Amino acid sequence: MNEVPLSHILFVSTALFFTGMYGLFTRRNMITMLMSIELILNSVNINFIAFNKYLHADKLDGVFFTIFIITIAAAEAAIAIAIIINLYRSHQSIDIEDAAEMKY
Amino acid sequence: MAVSAVLFYSISAFILVTGLLAVTTRKIFRSAIWLLFSLIGIAGLYFWMQMEFIAAVQVVVYVGGIVVLIIFSIFLTQQSGQEMLKPFRKRILVSLLAVLSGFSLTYQFIYRYKFVPSSHVPIDVRVANIGSQMLSTSAHGYILPFELVSILLLAAMIGCIVIAIKINPVKK
Repeated sequence: MNEVPLSHILFVSTALFFTGMYGLFTRRNMITMLMSIELILNSVNINFIAFNKYLHADKLDGVFFTIFIITIAAAEAAIAIAIIINLYRSHQSIDIEDAAEMKY
Repeated sequence: MAVSAVLFYSISAFILVTGLLAVTTRKIFRSAIWLLFSLIGIAGLYFWMQMEFIAAVQVVVYVGGIVVLIIFSIFLTQQSGQEMLKPFRKRILVSLLAVLSGFSLTYQFIYRYKFVPSSHVPIDVRVANIGSQMLSTSAHGYILPFELVSILLLAAMIGCIVIAIKINPVKK
């Protein structure tokens, strides 16, 4: 593990973050935007684990942050999918442009 | 180059290629499958960093939970074989510009920064250690966030049911 410098792992996570960002900018479908958000959250998790392993190997804080991020991401995905399904019932579409109004 | 370095670079290339395919492919079901592979690759990266517990949580929660939920909602909301509309070329260009400039700026900062590793003795990342520190009430314990996040999960569960429930018209 020591042959690979920390900056290479950070390169991977940064590239993954901006890949998710690109998806968030170009996609107009709500489910694919949710997938991009998952990619972004995962890149943050990689960062926490890498910092914990390389810089503060005597502590476990990065592990706890990662666990809490995974938990909150699961809750967020469930809520988002409930909203998407509800929106699909009322608008028959999950395109972000069709959901311009928030009340009915 | 050592075996572990080769392993790292192949895992990272796998993650990045599948992640890129997940955000660019125009069939939504394929996009979900590419996302699945990308998440499995990230779990492999955690295994490579010898964080077995986090890797297992990643596989269970993301691969087994969230991706299945996403595929489920794809089947509920649209025809999976249908291609999505192509984004406008101007939008692609602008977002590529934003993403590439953001990436180069961020990576420049990371590349120049000198990271100083701590010289303490590494701790054993076992599940027993993680669990006892998470549930300890001492100064470095995580019992309060643990309880808060459990309340958040309960609230999210109830919220999901309330939002997605189908209200039938009242029969008289």
